[in-house]
Amino acid sequence: MKYAFFPGCVSKGGCPELYQSVKQVYPRLGIELEEMTTASCTGAGVLQEKDLRLGDILNAHTLALAEEQGLPIMTICSTCQGVMSQANHRLTTEPGYLDDVNRVLAEEGLTYRGTTTVKHFVWILLEDVGEEKLRQAVKQPLTGLRAAPFYGCYIQRPSAALGFDEQPARAQSLETVITLLGAEVVDFPGKTRCCGMPLLTINEPGSLQMVAHHTSDAKEHGADVMVTPCPLCHLNLDGLQVKAAKHDRREIDLPILHLPQLLGFAMGLEPRALGLKRNLVSTTPVLEKLGVV
Amino acid sequence: MQTTFHIRRFNPESESPQSYFQDYQLATERSDTVLDALIRIRETVDESLTLRCSCRGAICGSCGMRINGHAALACKTKVASLISSGETIHVEPMNNMPVIKDLVTDMAGFWEKIRQVQPWLQPTGSAPEGEYLAAPEAMNHLTGVMHCIMCGACVSDCAALEVNPNFVGPAALAKAYRFVADPRDGNSSSRLGELNNPGGMWDCTRCMECIEVCPKGVGAMDRIMTLRAKGIEHGVPSTSGSRHTEAFADIIEQKGRLDEPMLAVRTFGLTNLRQMFSFLPMIFRALPRGKLPRSGPLHRPIPGIDRIRRLFQRAKEPR
Repeated sequence: MKYAFFPGCVSKGGCPELYQSVKQVYPRLGIELEEMTTASCTGAGVLQEKDLRLGDILNAHTLALAEEQGLPIMTICSTCQGVMSQANHRLTTEPGYLDDVNRVLAEEGLTYRGTTTVKHFVWILLEDVGEEKLRQAVKQPLTGLRAAPFYGCYIQRPSAALGFDEQPARAQSLETVITLLGAEVVDFPGKTRCCGMPLLTINEPGSLQMVAHHTSDAKEHGADVMVTPCPLCHLNLDGLQVKAAKHDRREIDLPILHLPQLLGFAMGLEPRALGLKRNLVSTTPVLEKLGVV
Repeated sequence: MQTTFHIRRFNPESESPQSYFQDYQLATERSDTVLDALIRIRETVDESLTLRCSCRGAICGSCGMRINGHAALACKTKVASLISSGETIHVEPMNNMPVIKDLVTDMAGFWEKIRQVQPWLQPTGSAPEGEYLAAPEAMNHLTGVMHCIMCGACVSDCAALEVNPNFVGPAALAKAYRFVADPRDGNSSSRLGELNNPGGMWDCTRCMECIEVCPKGVGAMDRIMTLRAKGIEHGVPSTSGSRHTEAFADIIEQKGRLDEPMLAVRTFGLTNLRQMFSFLPMIFRALPRGKLPRSGPLHRPIPGIDRIRRLFQRAKEPR
């Protein structure tokens, strides 16, 4: 199981603990990674607001690099995944579009043939690593921990570009992984909704309201912790939770974990190795519940 | 198959007008739509159940409601697609609009926002002798958006509207796009200027709910993104939304990857120091934890940045 690893900007920027934790867990699952150092940002749907074709050219460049390596791409960010999946979908389904983009890539000596698959880590866990191997990697089942999933929009919609028709289990992939790790899934209506991050620049009160609503709703449904495969959601749900609680005049204090951090717990890895000190909402209650501290 | 329908009820004329859920058991066939089932409940079980429908063929857009948490047309949703072995089907009225009774919502606000974008052709110059003609290829890209049947599904599930009722919303913006992008319309700049105001095209949170739930494939959010691009192209006054987009693109061109602190500074700039400073407590919490990303000269471009810069330049060249 070898992948071209696309870490994304945020795992190397605002959420270094995500990069750190995924580096800890992947070798224990039989995964090999080759990091794509020359691939650009996907545009995160923001650059695409200005120029969709430019975004598709940049992503076609990344897809072509992986195709040259003969490797599928692994992402660890819902937004990177969604933006690349959408670009790949347009490039491979819209007549003439791939040729148009390839004319730009050709001047760099590159061609994209449309064969690269892009998979988020959470999908790889279920589709490639497999349930049996994942179960074997669990050294300390997260028994008693109540975990609320929070997906991030880009890994849920539009489902047509994300391969949900061919792989319907992707829609519930987080719940499946949480269960396999021995924790209890806390279902709540906000799990597939927007975290508010894209709204932060234009409507900060609205963005904070989303953070406060989703985190407190998950807590009211009994969650000890929320887990997300998206570092952008993490920036909002964890980074701005204190501000959101103040804005909404309530206490929340819900720890937000990156998926590899939760997985690392179940593998029995040291909290320090998983970068937990970088989570802004204290994760100590989770460790206490698991009997780690 | 015996199916349970968990339906949100509301009667404003009852003694205590609070919404509540009521369960109905019904034998359903493979060919039944949710609308078929609801009508059968009304006709054979509980005549007080109120819903709105007309064509029963996904044309009129009257039977929009939330089914298992997402907006959909009841007449286009097969019961069999929702259940495999006796699961409960949840049915509620659409969100982001007042409920009149049970599954019927008040669409007045929806129509008001549609009117707000002036959904009619506004050609400039002297009128032609015959019709206003346009080449078919100049209109092809509008066919998707013209499929809109005004059912309100996109508005119901819009996350931005939940936190900002003044947002004009996905249906009205898709309609606005239909005229901004119509080659016969002469009022694009003024329309884009209006859409640039608070509550307009920059207030969408890009959650793609509208794309997912639309029964006609209008893809409202994609249209909103095109409106933003056209707004920037037409030089509408900058907003924090447009500055964010412009700064993001510039940073990727220069470095190949995001410089988050620089993006924040360039987005809020000197125009909104108060908002910038309001993030200081978060920054002070992040700083000792080594969570603040590098910025400026300390944030090096990715290897092979020259190629990324060339791709940016070539993308600007005429095709």
